[in-house]
Amino acid sequence: MHPAYSVIFFTTASGAGYGLLALLGLGAVFGVAFPQGPLFCIVAFGLSLGLITLGLLSSTFHLGHPERAWRAFSQWRSSWLSREGVAAFATYVPAGLFGVLWLAGFEGGVAWKILGFLSAALAVITVWCTGMIYGCLTTIRQWNHALVAPIYVVLSGATGLVLFALLMQGFGSGRAWHVGFAMAGLVAAALIKSVYWRSIDQAPRDLTIGDATGLGRLGKVRQLEAPHTQTNFVQREMGYKVARKHARKLRLMCLLLGFGACFVACGLTFLLPAWTATAWLIVAACAAAFAVVVERWLFFAEAEHVVNLFYGTPQA
Amino acid sequence: MTSLPAPEERSGKKLGLVIDLDTCVGCHACAVSCKEWNTQGYSAPLTDVDAYGSDPVGAWLNRIHSYEVETADGQPNRTVHFPRSCLHCEEPACVTVCPTGASYKRAEDGIVLVNPDTCIGCKLCSWACPYGAREYDPSHGVMKKCTLCVDRIYNEHLEPEDRQPACVRACPAGARHYGDLGDPESAVSKLVAEREGYDLLPQSGYKPVNKYLPPRPRRTGAESDGPKAPKALEPLGPADGSLTEQFFMWADKVLSR
Repeated sequence: MHPAYSVIFFTTASGAGYGLLALLGLGAVFGVAFPQGPLFCIVAFGLSLGLITLGLLSSTFHLGHPERAWRAFSQWRSSWLSREGVAAFATYVPAGLFGVLWLAGFEGGVAWKILGFLSAALAVITVWCTGMIYGCLTTIRQWNHALVAPIYVVLSGATGLVLFALLMQGFGSGRAWHVGFAMAGLVAAALIKSVYWRSIDQAPRDLTIGDATGLGRLGKVRQLEAPHTQTNFVQREMGYKVARKHARKLRLMCLLLGFGACFVACGLTFLLPAWTATAWLIVAACAAAFAVVVERWLFFAEAEHVVNLFYGTPQA
Repeated sequence: MTSLPAPEERSGKKLGLVIDLDTCVGCHACAVSCKEWNTQGYSAPLTDVDAYGSDPVGAWLNRIHSYEVETADGQPNRTVHFPRSCLHCEEPACVTVCPTGASYKRAEDGIVLVNPDTCIGCKLCSWACPYGAREYDPSHGVMKKCTLCVDRIYNEHLEPEDRQPACVRACPAGARHYGDLGDPESAVSKLVAEREGYDLLPQSGYKPVNKYLPPRPRRTGAESDGPKAPKALEPLGPADGSLTEQFFMWADKVLSR
């Protein structure tokens, strides 16, 4: 599948934003000692809602008619893309009120905690819907996989945890468990992604060009002549092969230079003087961003659409 | 509404095509005729970008592949021409994934359509289709697909014989048939039953309405099937009685002994 850059930016940026929002909400529910004063609230909500909003806006860039995007709220009964839109929009309501109560000094109140919980729940639901947009497509073996939606949630959580640790540290309220949770999140992300990659590598490629055309009953089928001299939309969108060639290297880069480097940077905050911790967590956030962008790129590039069989791919 | 029509809402009519892979000659007339009709009808505009340049691209609603089949019986390989367009599935995921309601399946005849006024061009429907039937129109910013010539088949301004899809009308080999596949007594249903027509990728679960008729078994030459060709050529047309003509008729008779 052709990686749409706006969709990669959207899913990674808003994934991190929803992860951070969910942690702020859960932090409120569980009584985490947040830094005092409005500045933390402004920066934390600015960062999470900013990432979410930038992501959502960028996701409209790949549309043929962005001005009609509002119509996507209507078909939540059948469409995961529509559900994602509804959930994304709905998240703004409790999240906005949660932030406003925080700024207004109602921090610690029951209403504030309930809104925190609702924000966290809707953030997770939104990211789950994003994963299901891909997970529900039976045409793409690598996407129609039980781990796809969980991976979206885990990666969103892991990047959110790194941002959370960075913010808390930056405002002088850093605790060892913040970084510890972030490191656990990174391990979970690398682990679930590795299991997924193993699983798609081992799955049988049992559909052939003969099955797709139904001509397999006559004998061995190969494409003699393509229907057109230039590549068409279907081939450009569904037949992308550039990154697939380098899949092994890119997977290693994602695991080692991405999640691995992020894990090491987090670990260094325990070993090196405390005043360097914020800097290391900034490095960690950059490494986490790199990891999820490479992961998302690969998620598209490694996806093989069944339609390629008609265009001469022997197996899918 | 992109939820599919419930079974009780459906009329039972399943309009679709039957494509005979035995007789298709791969001339692309159906694709050209389709493009011509649809660039001025329901799907208009259906323009190509850089049409006369080095890298033309544009939406076509029908594509004709050619495959080579290596048979196990030792016969020479077979060439099979394979038109591919929307199959107007009974359970089309391209419709249910649509976030706006622009894609829909008609309850009255089963035709799957895109409303070009509400499509946002997200392309998700094209990802959901295993048959590559949907093509994004870069000039219009919306998804295009076969409409089964919905603007021809019910069009009372056209002569009755023209009230069928443009591709069917254009096919010089009679390889395309149009009709109601929901009616077991229709000509197309009988043809499918007789020729053992099949679904593309039945494991997709989309239940395509369009059917493909497999190429017939090839004559091996060993068996006698049908009248033998005459040993010699008969004179073509009436003789004009000239001396040259009479000479060649005599020569033909002598050489035929």
